Amino acid sequence: MDLTWSPEEDAFRREAREWLAANVPRDPLPSGDTRAGFAAHLEWERTLFEARWSVVSWPEAYGGRDASLWQWLVFEDEYHRAGAPARVTQNGIFLLAPTVFAFGTEEQQRRILPRMAAAQDLWAQGWSEPGAGSDLAAIRSRAVRDEGAGGWRLTGQKTWTTRGAFCTHLFGLFRTDPEAERHRGLTYFLVPLDAPGVTVRGFERLDGDEGFAEVFLDDVLVPDADVLGGVGEGWRVAMATTGSERGLTLRSPGRFLHTADRLVDLARTTPESTGAHRDRVVQAWIEAQAYELFTLEQVTSIVEGRPVGAESSLNKLFWSQLDIALHETAAELLGPEAEIDGPWSRGFLFSLAGPIYAGTNEIQRNIVAERLLGLPRR
Amino acid sequence: MRFAVAERDAALAEAAGEVLAKQAGAERIRAGWPGGDAEAVDAVWRTLAGVGVSGALVQESADGLGLGLDENALPPLMEALGRSGLPVPAAETVAVGAPLLAAAGAPQLPDVLKGSALITVSLTPGAPVPFAARADLIAVPDGEGLRLFARDEVALEPVGSVDGSRWLAQVGAPAGGGLLLAEGPAELAVAHRRGVLATAALLLGLGGRMLELTVAHVRERQQFGVPVGSFQAVKHALADVELALRFARPAVLAAGWAQAAGDSEAAVRTSMAKVLASEAARKAARTAIQCHGAMGYTTEYDLHLYAKRAWALAADWGGPAEHRESIGRRLGLAGPADHVSEGADA
Ligand SMILES: Cc1cc2nc3c(=O)[nH]c(=O)nc-3n(C[C@H](O)[C@H](O)[C@H](O)COP(=O)(O)OP(=O)(O)OC[C@H]3O[C@@H](n4cnc5c(N)ncnc54)[C@H](O)[C@@H]3O)c2cc1C
Repeated sequence: MDLTWSPEEDAFRREAREWLAANVPRDPLPSGDTRAGFAAHLEWERTLFEARWSVVSWPEAYGGRDASLWQWLVFEDEYHRAGAPARVTQNGIFLLAPTVFAFGTEEQQRRILPRMAAAQDLWAQGWSEPGAGSDLAAIRSRAVRDEGAGGWRLTGQKTWTTRGAFCTHLFGLFRTDPEAERHRGLTYFLVPLDAPGVTVRGFERLDGDEGFAEVFLDDVLVPDADVLGGVGEGWRVAMATTGSERGLTLRSPGRFLHTADRLVDLARTTPESTGAHRDRVVQAWIEAQAYELFTLEQVTSIVEGRPVGAESSLNKLFWSQLDIALHETAAELLGPEAEIDGPWSRGFLFSLAGPIYAGTNEIQRNIVAERLLGLPRR
Repeated sequence: MRFAVAERDAALAEAAGEVLAKQAGAERIRAGWPGGDAEAVDAVWRTLAGVGVSGALVQESADGLGLGLDENALPPLMEALGRSGLPVPAAETVAVGAPLLAAAGAPQLPDVLKGSALITVSLTPGAPVPFAARADLIAVPDGEGLRLFARDEVALEPVGSVDGSRWLAQVGAPAGGGLLLAEGPAELAVAHRRGVLATAALLLGLGGRMLELTVAHVRERQQFGVPVGSFQAVKHALADVELALRFARPAVLAAGWAQAAGDSEAAVRTSMAKVLASEAARKAARTAIQCHGAMGYTTEYDLHLYAKRAWALAADWGGPAEHRESIGRRLGLAGPADHVSEGADA
């Protein structure tokens, strides 16, 4: 056990902290899930990129800093502590990029990654369909071979696509083999949202922001160069990186540590708070620390070559429940002010999505029970 | 940064684990209940002492009994002891009693390190003391200090416990008598923190053992023509136990590190560990009994032995609410006066 940071990591932290202190916008940006807010967030993303803070863990050649996983954690911690804006590029950087690194050709990596880092291309995740949510293998959107055009023609509908109305590109799964069942015969495609035949309709989430979209595809031509990881390999390619969606990289501890600190501040400055409030505040604060400690243990495992696998389901269950606990406790402290539109009520509404996206918590509990505990499948 | 148990700490836990696997099944827990063969329990304890368990935190001495490890050794070792359910004053001896005897240069140390004298310690004034009804040496608070007595120097009044292997007794000690083992809030705070840490780790082990028993049971037990473990309600309940235990364990390891490193957050880290481990073990006990059905509600089956210990330890050395209160004060949230043995480093 050694819970101290190295001098290099400390230096990295100082550099990040100083840069963030000088650059994070003084006033919070409007929500990145609205049209105006998204534009403001893009400007911030480009500021991050220019200072090479947008993708710290990537190779320098693609705009990163070759940061270690430890340094990445340090950066995330500082980022959230500085109250820096939410990352509207997140679904590209944290969900697609690991897949491109693992399965993309060199040509694809060179074409896709630098533009993603620079927030020139903005990626949306096109997995869910009206009839395929938890049961992702039930997707019906299909791709038909067009030999003459050297590509595939995509038809179907994706939905609940986060920031789909503002993004430029979509990554998603499509059925390339109409005979194949379930998770067989699927292919991972990269689709520009301005391609002929694509229609995007934004719609409101629970919080009233236009954060969701439906994406309709009607005979959209996608060249072979935009197949990621091989025809018919879509399921394997998509699943290989679900761990990053559920676990550590989607939700680093910094986010919750920062919210927990805000909660403690709120409790300190709420004269009406009682012992019962205090008990809940402390419990939520403890859980935020526990999430950090769990991730330190996890990063040690990863760094020492022990893969995380199904354990990322534990991350997902824990952080999503923690986020709700933090915000519900804040609502208790705020009393009649809890309903006022502001950071706490908005955070609360967003926390309610945590147990749904990235695989619902019921699905995660199935995974924990079956893969970690070895209970029988039905 | 390396968040993993160091090799030498793991080695001790493994050595203890081997002894426990061979000699300490559930029948040994039953042996520790009133009317059982307590000598059989003591024999295991002596074997454990022989591999260095009792003296883990004591400096190496001429007779080679102390291992000279620090608090980082406690989480893995105590988790192994907790998992076995062996009814011995493990936290009281390894984390608190032996190091204090060593620091005080007490002549009773060698017998404690050999496991031939059973020691127990309580830092809570007036509370019934675990194992006092069968210990040879009993240390109890006296004003600002902690004093050690031989069993015939104190008045003992046995108190029934939900866990019969706890040997609770109310201890009446003559004021100012015995041997002064520790004095002042600072020394008591260190002892208290070690006891809390060790107890948290015992709880992790107990929780893990209960989960393991339950997983084995629900895979075997059939109803409606299928294993009950294939029902989603059962799966999800057990997944939640795994979740609670897996998030408590790093907190316990971190508390051990903070104590050993003299970290300024040691008190908070320790309280966190106790909160999370206590809640996780309680959840494990409750869920394990539910998933066993009526079988879990008997004393013929072994589960109750671990569950009862978990209930006792979750409340001992400060229950979750008390430790949350203590963290709350350190976070600057107003609350009632500090706990006596924690005031020193506030
Ligand atoms: C804020 C937010 C952002 C999202 N962003 C995206 C995005 O960018 N791209 C994208 O593709 N999708 C996105 N989604 C969609 C998300 O992936 C799906 O909502 C999720 O997979 C669940 O599918 P569903 O909504 O169809 O629910 P359903 O699958 O219909 O589930 C309904 C309920 O039934 C339960 N259930 C279903 N199957 C089981 C089972 N086997 N065992 C036990 N319970 C079960 C579920 O847990 C849930 O409680 C987003 C969702 C949200 C809320």
